[in-house]
Amino acid sequence: MRPNKILLLVLPVALIALSGAQEWKGTDDIAEGAIAELSPDYKPWFSPIFEPTGELEGLFFSVQAAIGGFLIGYFLGKHDRES
Amino acid sequence: MHIMEGFLPAEWCAFWYALAIPVLIYGAWKTKKEIERDPKAKSLLAVSLGFIFVLSALKLPSVTGSCSHPTGTGVAVVLFGPSVTAFLSSIALLYQALLLAHGGLTTLGANTVSMGIVGPFFGFIAYKALKKFNLTAAFFSAAAVADFMTYVVTSLQLALAFPASPGMEGVMFSAIRFLEIFAVTQIPLAIIEAFIAVLLLRSIRTYSPEVIPA
Repeated sequence: MRPNKILLLVLPVALIALSGAQEWKGTDDIAEGAIAELSPDYKPWFSPIFEPTGELEGLFFSVQAAIGGFLIGYFLGKHDRES
Repeated sequence: MHIMEGFLPAEWCAFWYALAIPVLIYGAWKTKKEIERDPKAKSLLAVSLGFIFVLSALKLPSVTGSCSHPTGTGVAVVLFGPSVTAFLSSIALLYQALLLAHGGLTTLGANTVSMGIVGPFFGFIAYKALKKFNLTAAFFSAAAVADFMTYVVTSLQLALAFPASPGMEGVMFSAIRFLEIFAVTQIPLAIIEAFIAVLLLRSIRTYSPEVIPA
């Protein structure tokens, strides 16, 4: 493997190791807290029409990644087959 | 992370929509033109959209102990420029707003401005500035800058809507607060994203050198 590919694998692992055991709260949740602190009177005026449960959320995130992976693989592969 | 549904006052939602819509219309028109000019562009558009879909689906932990996700707009902006990138990003944002309750319909305009327009625009400038010297460095900067600036814009959008006190000073105070949350978390993610974008862009260039003229 070329050095940059090794780095690609090492980097995310190092990142997680460096940060230790955490809850990994989303930055959007943290920002929600900051908004509540800065503007205590603010009430969200619209809520999501559809909110997936934990399992469904995982599913839809995977489907999103799968669609993306398919698009990249299919069209790069198509180019390979044609040339 | 995108701005959550309902978490921008209505007038700010309208303001960001008003900025985003003309760019989206132009981007959609330009996407159509690219396909008409060269049918092969369709494949690269699909790959660019695919990259945005994959990268923005990844929730990655960061050194701050919180997690966020990359944007994946670097590849699109190198291949097609900012307006097409805006159009492609809005597709991913719409998917996440409708199916994941991530971002939102009311905040779609604001999120399109950050992730689709301003972030990639800065990435594009970085790319243009560096490509004369070193193409790999230019790819890397395009992706890293587009990702990082997206969250700088998100922070500023929230600061404008939620100033700590009336006036400029309050906006600045809030901006620092939100930058600490979003931008700091984003630095390592932007670097990881940039490595992956370089790999993809380099392999695209190996396949068809003509799409990325040096």
